[in-house]
Amino acid sequence: MTPASPAPLVEAKGLTRVFDVSKPWLNRIIEGERKAYLRAVSGISFAIGRRETLALVGESGSGKSTVARMVVGLLRPTAGAVTIDGIDMWAPARVAERQTLRRRLQMIFQDPYASLNPRWRVDRIIADPIKAFELAKDKAEMEHRVAELLTLVGLDPADGAKYPHEFSGGQRQRICIARALSSNPEFIVCDEPTSALDVSVQAQILNLMRDLQDRLDLSYLFISHNLAVVRHMATRIGVMYLGRVVELAPVAELFAAPRHPYTRLLMDALPDLGMTGRPRRPIEGEIPNPIAPPPGCAFHPRCPWAFEPCRVEVPELIERSGRAAACHAIEAGRI
Amino acid sequence: MSEPVLSVRNLKVAFPTRRATLTAVDDVTFSIAAGEVLGVVGESGAGKSLTGAAIIGLLEPPGRIMGGEVRLGAERIDNLSPEEMRKVRGRRIGMVFQDPLTSLNPLYRIGDQIVETIRTHADVSEGQARERAIALLEEAGIQGARARIDSYPHEFSGGMRQRVVLALALCAEPELLIADEPTTALDVSIQAQIIALLKRLCRERGTAVMLITHDMGVIAETADRVAVMYAGRIAEIGPVRDVVKHPRHPYTKGLMGAIPTVGAHASRLVQIPGSMPRLAAIPKGCAFHPRCAYAFDRCRIERPEGLEAGNSKVACWLAVEQPAGASA
Repeated sequence: MTPASPAPLVEAKGLTRVFDVSKPWLNRIIEGERKAYLRAVSGISFAIGRRETLALVGESGSGKSTVARMVVGLLRPTAGAVTIDGIDMWAPARVAERQTLRRRLQMIFQDPYASLNPRWRVDRIIADPIKAFELAKDKAEMEHRVAELLTLVGLDPADGAKYPHEFSGGQRQRICIARALSSNPEFIVCDEPTSALDVSVQAQILNLMRDLQDRLDLSYLFISHNLAVVRHMATRIGVMYLGRVVELAPVAELFAAPRHPYTRLLMDALPDLGMTGRPRRPIEGEIPNPIAPPPGCAFHPRCPWAFEPCRVEVPELIERSGRAAACHAIEAGRI
Repeated sequence: MSEPVLSVRNLKVAFPTRRATLTAVDDVTFSIAAGEVLGVVGESGAGKSLTGAAIIGLLEPPGRIMGGEVRLGAERIDNLSPEEMRKVRGRRIGMVFQDPLTSLNPLYRIGDQIVETIRTHADVSEGQARERAIALLEEAGIQGARARIDSYPHEFSGGMRQRVVLALALCAEPELLIADEPTTALDVSIQAQIIALLKRLCRERGTAVMLITHDMGVIAETADRVAVMYAGRIAEIGPVRDVVKHPRHPYTKGLMGAIPTVGAHASRLVQIPGSMPRLAAIPKGCAFHPRCAYAFDRCRIERPEGLEAGNSKVACWLAVEQPAGASA
């Protein structure tokens, strides 16, 4: 990052989300069970600068999509705050400001089949945000803008008259991107935008997203389970495990020298496409149940470096020279 | 050379519809030797799963085999009656699918399902079958199998269920295992575990494996040979090292370049323009020619068959001919 960079565009502080997963009241009474809570995300903090891409990677159940939904304002955090350009997303006193903020952030979802209304024509889908935020003076300007957006994402302006079912998965994801761009956002949250797509189509979409970032000065929060995709897209990467960020580092440094045991093991577990003969070492065990996570560091039952403090105390994310890791073994100099 | 476990010759699978007959698998030829893992890779709609379904006789009507032959050992199995085919499935060909929950009956304990399968295919007592099931589950990496054999599928995690399915597929000691996207629904760390398990179990038993996946990484990791499919045809087939490191077919080249890797960092991924043709509109000649940067006149007219190129077979005219003024 350049030293001249001003305050970050997006800031998350101590984001936490707890879901109530209890059985219904009557069942609890009959079966004598207590309420059950699931901590999907606990105390996550990060900042995203302008034109930066922060990626969150993790396996299923690590809480990455919950973070995305909280950042974009679809889910109220149990604790903590999200501020975008200095405006708190959830402060009740600033409802009006929040409304104007909505225009500046958009989201792209994983499933391009589920996120487009099948009964609407594509031009209506793309024009909807323009209408909602009153960004066009008249119908002619709106049509012009929709055509412009379709061209921008590599589709034909004539495609606007078609319905979503007439398009392939990759083309639908382009439509989703056009819709996200229609309100001139500065910040886009992308939740697994290519994991439903084939590799050759994925390459087209990833290239497009990077081109658009350069052209329109966008910032991305990029959620993915695929380390290779993240490597291609991100400026910085946060690795999540069971609701916490365990390591946060610039992309080149993370891949050159992963520090946290989980990151190391995750990289070892990746398939070796270069066929270098590197042995692929599977991580032992599985992600624990988030309703009853292990005490201390959540990764300790699978960690070959675990020692006494790991079983007792949750390690904090400690920053050193631009990169951060949450690990007792690193702090104790054991790794 | 000994006889291959599976040999597929000129297999053609088609779906007759009112308007036209759609050919989903077109003239596919390959074989798998004992103990060998053949990876079949391709994008959605390339026909890889249908090839697998045709081999085990599980094509959904109206899809049917319209030509070619499938041999298991010396025996032809594509023209068996459904009743005879049922005896081949499970006993001689094991199957693993993407979603372990669809392969397991949620209402039966996993032990009962394995015991039933063993007793269907082998003449053993209930007790013997149960002991064998426990040994198999242990081997598949389920710790404390004796205590967990009476659990229901929902009591296992996704990775554990796939281990159970693998044990179930191998319990009759089949000669051939067809695994259709066995790790696609799993997280990377679990994926690595299942791949390692699959390789170990099949190597120990000398089982031939047809591994169907869209993930080149899994192929590079697991397969001995790989077949790349495009629009129902095999574009390239050869030793995995040759295909991954030195792809010869322009489609394979594009596909390899399109995959983001954690190693070398490229600023842009290779993009193959367009998308795979629909079955109703497969172009004449080479199916890939409208998207191919190297296409020349012959590609538009004549369909290339598997042409020898080194240790591989490539369905591309460039393997035998250099058009004037073009360079690959």
